[in-house]
Amino acid sequence: MDYDLKYYAKVHSIESFGTVDGPGIRFVLFMQGCHLKCKYCHNRDTWDMKDGNYASLDDIFNKIMRYKNYIYPNGGVTITGGEPLLQVHFLIQLFTKLKEKGIHTCIDTSGMVSLTDDIKKLLNLTDLILLDIKHIDDEKCKDLVGFSNKLELEFAKYLSDNNIPMWIRQVLIPGYTDNKEDLLKLKKFLSTLKNVEKVEILPYHDLGKHKWLKLGLKYELDGTRTATNQDVKRAKEILGM
Amino acid sequence: MNFEQWKGFEKGDWQTEINVRDFIQKNYTPYEGNSSFLAVCTEKTKKLWDKVLDLYKQEHNSEGGVLDIDTKTVSTISAHDAGYIDKDLETIVGLQTNKPLKRAIMPFGGIRIVEKSCEAYGRKVDPEVEEIFHKYRKTHNDGVFSAYTPDIRAARSSHLITGLPDGYGRGRIIGDYRRIALYGVDILIEEKKKDLANLNMNELTEEIIRQREETSEQISALNSLKEMALKYGFDISKPATNSKEAVQWLYFGYLAAIKDQNGAAMSLGRTSTFLDIYFERDLKNGSITEAEAQEIMDHFVMKLRLVRFLRTPEYNELFSGDPVWVTESIGGMGIDGRTLVTKNSYRMLHTLENLGPAPEPNLTVLWSTRLPENFKRYTTNLSIKTSSIQYENDDLMRITLGDDYGIACCVSPMKIGKQMQFFGARANLAKTLLYAINGGKDEKTFKQVTPEFEPITSDYLDYDEVMKKFDQMMDYVAKIYIKALNIIHFMHDKYSYEAIEMALHDKEILRTMACGIAGLSVVADSLSAIKYAKVKVIRNQEGLAVDYQIEGDFPKFGNDDDRVDSIAVEIVKTFLNKLKKYQTYRNSKHTLSILTITSNVVYGKATGNTPDGRKEGSPFGPGANPLHGRDTNGALAVMNSIAKLPFDFAEDGISYTFSITPGTLGKSDDERVNNLVNMLDGYFAQTGHHINVNVFDRKLLEDAMEHPEKYPQLTIRVSGYAVHFTKLTREQQLDVINRTIHEKI
Repeated sequence: MDYDLKYYAKVHSIESFGTVDGPGIRFVLFMQGCHLKCKYCHNRDTWDMKDGNYASLDDIFNKIMRYKNYIYPNGGVTITGGEPLLQVHFLIQLFTKLKEKGIHTCIDTSGMVSLTDDIKKLLNLTDLILLDIKHIDDEKCKDLVGFSNKLELEFAKYLSDNNIPMWIRQVLIPGYTDNKEDLLKLKKFLSTLKNVEKVEILPYHDLGKHKWLKLGLKYELDGTRTATNQDVKRAKEILGM
Repeated sequence: MNFEQWKGFEKGDWQTEINVRDFIQKNYTPYEGNSSFLAVCTEKTKKLWDKVLDLYKQEHNSEGGVLDIDTKTVSTISAHDAGYIDKDLETIVGLQTNKPLKRAIMPFGGIRIVEKSCEAYGRKVDPEVEEIFHKYRKTHNDGVFSAYTPDIRAARSSHLITGLPDGYGRGRIIGDYRRIALYGVDILIEEKKKDLANLNMNELTEEIIRQREETSEQISALNSLKEMALKYGFDISKPATNSKEAVQWLYFGYLAAIKDQNGAAMSLGRTSTFLDIYFERDLKNGSITEAEAQEIMDHFVMKLRLVRFLRTPEYNELFSGDPVWVTESIGGMGIDGRTLVTKNSYRMLHTLENLGPAPEPNLTVLWSTRLPENFKRYTTNLSIKTSSIQYENDDLMRITLGDDYGIACCVSPMKIGKQMQFFGARANLAKTLLYAINGGKDEKTFKQVTPEFEPITSDYLDYDEVMKKFDQMMDYVAKIYIKALNIIHFMHDKYSYEAIEMALHDKEILRTMACGIAGLSVVADSLSAIKYAKVKVIRNQEGLAVDYQIEGDFPKFGNDDDRVDSIAVEIVKTFLNKLKKYQTYRNSKHTLSILTITSNVVYGKATGNTPDGRKEGSPFGPGANPLHGRDTNGALAVMNSIAKLPFDFAEDGISYTFSITPGTLGKSDDERVNNLVNMLDGYFAQTGHHINVNVFDRKLLEDAMEHPEKYPQLTIRVSGYAVHFTKLTREQQLDVINRTIHEKI
């Protein structure tokens, strides 16, 4: 059957009690499909658009409303994945409905998409963006995730210019994203942005490795050590946090 | 009535009748402020608590964790001499025997149990006591077994019906201990004498005669209570004069109950806000300071932490960790819209900070979405730090129970002084389902336990056929279950009547027959598998179904999926309706709980492979919890599933144990508190009834298993009560660790 992608989404899974992806208690919707190839991805199983199941707008909306007592008014809904913005048409519909109910909306994204009118329309319905800066250095970014960082930096600027609140996230991977010059460069970039409510340093862990192996894939960061509290502290100091 | 001791109190009906609620409503001071007024523990408290900690250590190092037993004195309200921890340090006095942690024998429940317990801990019951109870005095246990029918015995020994209070005290009765402080014992005796006079009709039926005898026993018990208090140098015939006396009077009442009865749960009631009225009066007239008020509460709680009963190791398998269920219900809202939270609600909870975490008293917060924000934050913060608090839905219970009810044991609400229950443990519905498939033959012993029913012979289970047979089997189980409970409670009233606890009740009371279900989520998942997947039966040579093969996926309880949750709801309704078909002893009202305490492990052990894919011997989910690992949509989905279970059909409580790692609850202390508050508001708005909140790391528990000596006070909440983690059996510890600890990366 053909699905009208305005009214159907490719979903990986849900988490009814999210507490780390946005303010308060979050209903977290994991979308299936991602165009990036982050070596450190801990949700490798969300990449392939062929996987996951279609769910209808009504089903997802009704499911979310089952949690209104918990997520309203102090929490909300967070869309993550995968890359949520690949399913922008669906999210416009969903967020329109959620906003009618006064529910806080949030998207966890790499921002690696073109700023089309649809994306802009969706951002207009979004209360908070969790923007995962993949790498501030373009060459290293290409190596780490397979894409230039040009789009996501533009995305950040758009959020800033249009007064859309964002939390910046930087995954700290020893030997990849913890270089002092890079962090200083990131600091400089962030200082050009308005509306950055929070900067979160997420220490790299390898707890997602088994998902790569399960899919019969080589885990490219094998041998890279996980980031410690000490690493995070250092990075925060460099970033002036 | 008027007493000098009531000076300063607002007048009301409470002065012309026994009416504690009216006294509270007229006199209490709601408190919406924060915890900054609280005092740290005094030097005296520290010294005394150190002594208690030392006693704990000695107890822990004793055989079987039992420090000492008085094997000679048959425990009654006034049998033992006064006992102290350290008389000079104690603000509140009174022990069950003449020494702290020395356990008493209570053979009225059953002499063999006492003998077995003593032997298990290397002691022997005094020969004279043995002679009396074997030769001359029949016990509750003897009574029950002289009347049990063969079908009850069969259902009992096959674990179809389990945990029955036929060999131990039924408990779960809450005396209104506040009455002693407010009125003094003499008034209570006078009132009971009036009741006795009124129990003289033209015709003396069996019920009236029984009531006359019981009322006389209540009067004797109240006299014994006075006598016991006198041994400690207190005359409690008149009302308490001040806060210290109020706590002491109230505690003497509770002490009398635990000297008289080795009940499965000996709960305290709802005392903090009542006591606050006395503290407020004393603080206002300057006769005590906040530090002194806290000291009184700390010392009171210390006494509650010393309550011990003599029990067999088998009992411990059912209800592990030496629980007493000194349940104290705190907070809630009044029907007039004022909060029942007072400063003393805070003081009671603050004992967890002053004395450290502990399983007892079983601190139970009656949660309302309208509770003061400050109080919500204080109590959730303490939960996160200590894992020692459970929460129950005041907004739900207030509808039918008003605003002066308390929780007995884990989740059983009852109007204080106006209602009691006949505790009925639980029926194993997972096993009932297997019997339905096998025509009443046990899947482990292959014995015919019920009369012969037509077994299912098809290769694949058909939903409609299974449901029809399951319905019949539930009918049978309900019948046997009520029969057993009728005998048990008849005999308990006859041979081990709780005279002092009932003396602290009204004359006219509501009695409930509190039945229970074990294995609900296993049954729901099994039926779901049969309905939505294909379940193939594996039979042994005799043709008995012993295992099941599932082809395909099916919805599982705990994921907020109506397809299976509705099955669970239907089972609860159906089973209660079936129970209602059978006449109960003393016309008690049929109620139901979905609560297993720690016995989900034992019940699981006794139950074979089930059609949901659960393997023989593996534990059930505790209470109403989903089976371990079956929930895949996060904690709130579990809560939504459980909240669908209808309280109207399970008025005796629906227990949910929730465990989470700190990191999963939130990133900072502040976020964790906010999230927990919002979670509880949400769960209870969703009409969930009860939740235990545990916040700890898996690693910590694993370390505690290996190095128990490092964690003497580590407390965790399990299915309606709290235990010292290190007192659990290894099997139960593993069950706790493997059960749903919500954890994310």
